[in-house]
Amino acid sequence: MTHPDFLWRNPDPKQAYDVIIVGGGGHGLATAYYLARNHGITNVAVLEKGWLAGGNMARNTTIIRSNYLWDESAAIYEHSLKLWEGLGDELDYDLQFSQRGVLNLAHSLGDVREGRRRVNANRLNGVDAEWLDADEVKKFCPIVNVSERARYPVMGATLQRRGGIAKHDHVAWALARKADAYGIDLIQGCEVTGFEIANGRVLSVKTSRGRIAAGKVALASAGHTSVLAERAGIRLPLQSHPLQALVSELLEPVLDCVVMSNAVHVYVSQAHKGELVMGAGIDSYNSYGQRGAFHVIEAQMAAALELFPLFSRVRVLRTWAGVVDVSPDASPIIGTTPVDGLYVNAGWGTGGFKATPGSGWVYAHTIAHGEPHPLAEPFALDRFTTGALIDEHGAAAVAH
Amino acid sequence: MLLIDCPHCGPRDENEFRYGGQAGIAYPDAPGELSDGEWAGYVFMRDNPKGWFTERWFHAHGCRTWFAVERHTVTHEIRTPVQEIR
Repeated sequence: MTHPDFLWRNPDPKQAYDVIIVGGGGHGLATAYYLARNHGITNVAVLEKGWLAGGNMARNTTIIRSNYLWDESAAIYEHSLKLWEGLGDELDYDLQFSQRGVLNLAHSLGDVREGRRRVNANRLNGVDAEWLDADEVKKFCPIVNVSERARYPVMGATLQRRGGIAKHDHVAWALARKADAYGIDLIQGCEVTGFEIANGRVLSVKTSRGRIAAGKVALASAGHTSVLAERAGIRLPLQSHPLQALVSELLEPVLDCVVMSNAVHVYVSQAHKGELVMGAGIDSYNSYGQRGAFHVIEAQMAAALELFPLFSRVRVLRTWAGVVDVSPDASPIIGTTPVDGLYVNAGWGTGGFKATPGSGWVYAHTIAHGEPHPLAEPFALDRFTTGALIDEHGAAAVAH
Repeated sequence: MLLIDCPHCGPRDENEFRYGGQAGIAYPDAPGELSDGEWAGYVFMRDNPKGWFTERWFHAHGCRTWFAVERHTVTHEIRTPVQEIR
């Protein structure tokens, strides 16, 4: 038996690159891939302090949807969803991208009004969206408890049929393989410890494997963005929090769509392998510890049982946490920074996985041209000064 | 779950408390005179250190006292601030 081929090289860093991407997660790898594919920029290194896609890319609940309320969000997430629809073929890899439909449940009149409004807003933005009443919810997802006697009865739901899930590891491996094939260096075990900045321009990064010069440096570091930005003398409006998720033991197929509920606060899908994948909200406090508290899991399980009484005897197999960077308006920060040649793509908070290809696409454009991609423009850092926030906190569906 | 030492009630479970974020953010003396950048700083910009952090907690399900502690954002160890801070 021979060992399967490696999907990418494991190169030593060169002395200089045109572009250095800090962070080898989904967004960093997608950015590298689109720098090469869309802009012909291949003298690129992706520096990853741990191993490729071992941070939030390995810890998320893989939900993909684009049914955001505001025009700016709908535009960027729908761009991303369209890319997902062709990504497996393009990367020649089975991403297990499954458009099984995403339900966002409504449990109160307020939820119903908000949901209907979002369906209408989505349609105006070319995003597929439907409103289902409780009977239609039951038809679409028979195991959801729509009894009127529930503590928080299901009064309806929005449905995005094109939403779904994908296999996160496959996405990372496929992007890494293609980026590597373009000649991009994916360098693991290489932590950025500082930046050399002269006359307001970044010249190089200091790393655990020595100094590496760079024409441009692009942060794609999720929960650790604040730590890196501080080393470059930049203050960002981000707070890092634990976000927990869990899987159950493997079950026979029982749930063939994604169910999210803002009010009781849980989101659930069943992975191809058979485990139920569930997530909820962040732990309240700031943390870089990649772990959260059990009472948060307990509240999440209570919510899951409220919706799916038949899960009451399912066993939890594994829980974990990632570190998510939350911005004040729950929208990402993409674009230039006060330091010339230094770019930021952060603040995706609890919902970055779905944006992986779209984020990489607009970030690569922003880096290549030195100015924001039109879809990224509204997400510039200066919105916190101008006041043009994109407030998706309550307006989107659940905690992303 | 964190065990948080309320100055009034003593050590209590985390889920009795509400988190208040960074401590020591005072309301500006003359808000009308701030530039947009300074106002953004007051409203949105907060420290986000990997390490010791001085933060506020609110004993929502207890004595309803607001108080500050120092907590390490990796180990979650909690200690009382050397200087009193609000």
